[in-house]
Amino acid sequence: MYATNYHRASSVEEAVNLLKSGDDAKFVSGGQTLIPTMKQRLAAPSDLVDLRHIDAMKGISIDGVQVTIGAATTHAEVASSAELAGVCAAICSLAAHIGDPAVRHMGTIGGSVANNDPAADYPAAVLGLDAQVRTSKRTIDAADFFNGMFDTALEEDEVITAITFQAPEKAAYVKYPNPASRYAMCGVFAARLKDGSVRVAITGAGNDGVFRHTEMEEALAADWSPAAIASCSVDEGDMLSDIHGDSAYRANLVRVIAKRAVEAAA
Amino acid sequence: MSKVSMTVNGKTVEREVEDRMLLVEFLREELNLTGTHVGCDTSQCGACVVHVDGKAVKSCTQLAVQASGCEVVTIEGLATGGDLHPMQAAFKENHGLQCGFCTPGMIMTAVDLVNRVGAGNLDEKTIRENLEGNICRCTGYHNIVRSIEAGAKAMA
Repeated sequence: MYATNYHRASSVEEAVNLLKSGDDAKFVSGGQTLIPTMKQRLAAPSDLVDLRHIDAMKGISIDGVQVTIGAATTHAEVASSAELAGVCAAICSLAAHIGDPAVRHMGTIGGSVANNDPAADYPAAVLGLDAQVRTSKRTIDAADFFNGMFDTALEEDEVITAITFQAPEKAAYVKYPNPASRYAMCGVFAARLKDGSVRVAITGAGNDGVFRHTEMEEALAADWSPAAIASCSVDEGDMLSDIHGDSAYRANLVRVIAKRAVEAAA
Repeated sequence: MSKVSMTVNGKTVEREVEDRMLLVEFLREELNLTGTHVGCDTSQCGACVVHVDGKAVKSCTQLAVQASGCEVVTIEGLATGGDLHPMQAAFKENHGLQCGFCTPGMIMTAVDLVNRVGAGNLDEKTIRENLEGNICRCTGYHNIVRSIEAGAKAMA
């Protein structure tokens, strides 16, 4: 790892100011992606601004159907929140299957969403729940947030402070993990929202990061059943193709996992 | 350089270290606590698992400065006096190790699991799921699972 300077922020404002004062500073939350990346010298930020000690960014609050998850809330905290499970068990189950127990004790929802790894789980939930990404500057709709692999609408000095969404009428997340890395080769978050609209958000499979499948959404809006999407087409040209699975395999996987997600949310 | 101070196995320690120093390097090289192992160095194998503020974490995937102000427990901190911790004793009894390299991480993960889930709720499936982040290349895991079952009962 190259040398870096560590700073611990105690407020969002302080974090942003610390970031701006570094040459090439980066925010670090749980660090479960950033620290390994720095160890491999694939990233070498001059400064690290630690977000884990900002109280305003922690915790889960539920007001009726409105859910707010602070960006520095760990996967373990999301997975084990009984209150959250009461309104949206799908996101708890998703968090419970990220990485392994030690990673879940450190990794945070804000870090995962900001990184937008094409095989990360949380981006599917954010898009699938039609969530809002609250930042130090503004609130961004999920539909406008993800800009392809590892790319988001976030500006350099902008930090995610919370993820908010309305509890869905029903939802489920099912993933097919790579047998070795356990990252999603395909993960589908299927939800019927309170306004009756349907979201099918897919991670791990697409060649440009998380995406929605509108044909499946329309089919499910008319008939929420696995059979309704059995004949939906998935464009192989939009799929990842690598040693773990070619694009034809992944296109089929999207349909299979989507059906399982619909079944799980029935 | 930053001043890092934390409680390790009940003792307060303070050192001036480089910000890029990993927690595992701090434990092994600054404190000579070499029971915590570095297996893969890529956050996958879990040989470096320690408890920070009561939670199992990978000490190779955290900077020492990030843990400043925290309470850290390593494998060296489990036994009391000359008596092994019940989970350590269970690994010994059940042949839960062969070469022993992964064992510190396995035991720290197992103790965290029992603390989180409760000894009464530990079935084999739960144990295996929770060993997702701990790799053993000798045993095939069967005796590790048996050790954790026995250790959990002894901890109850």
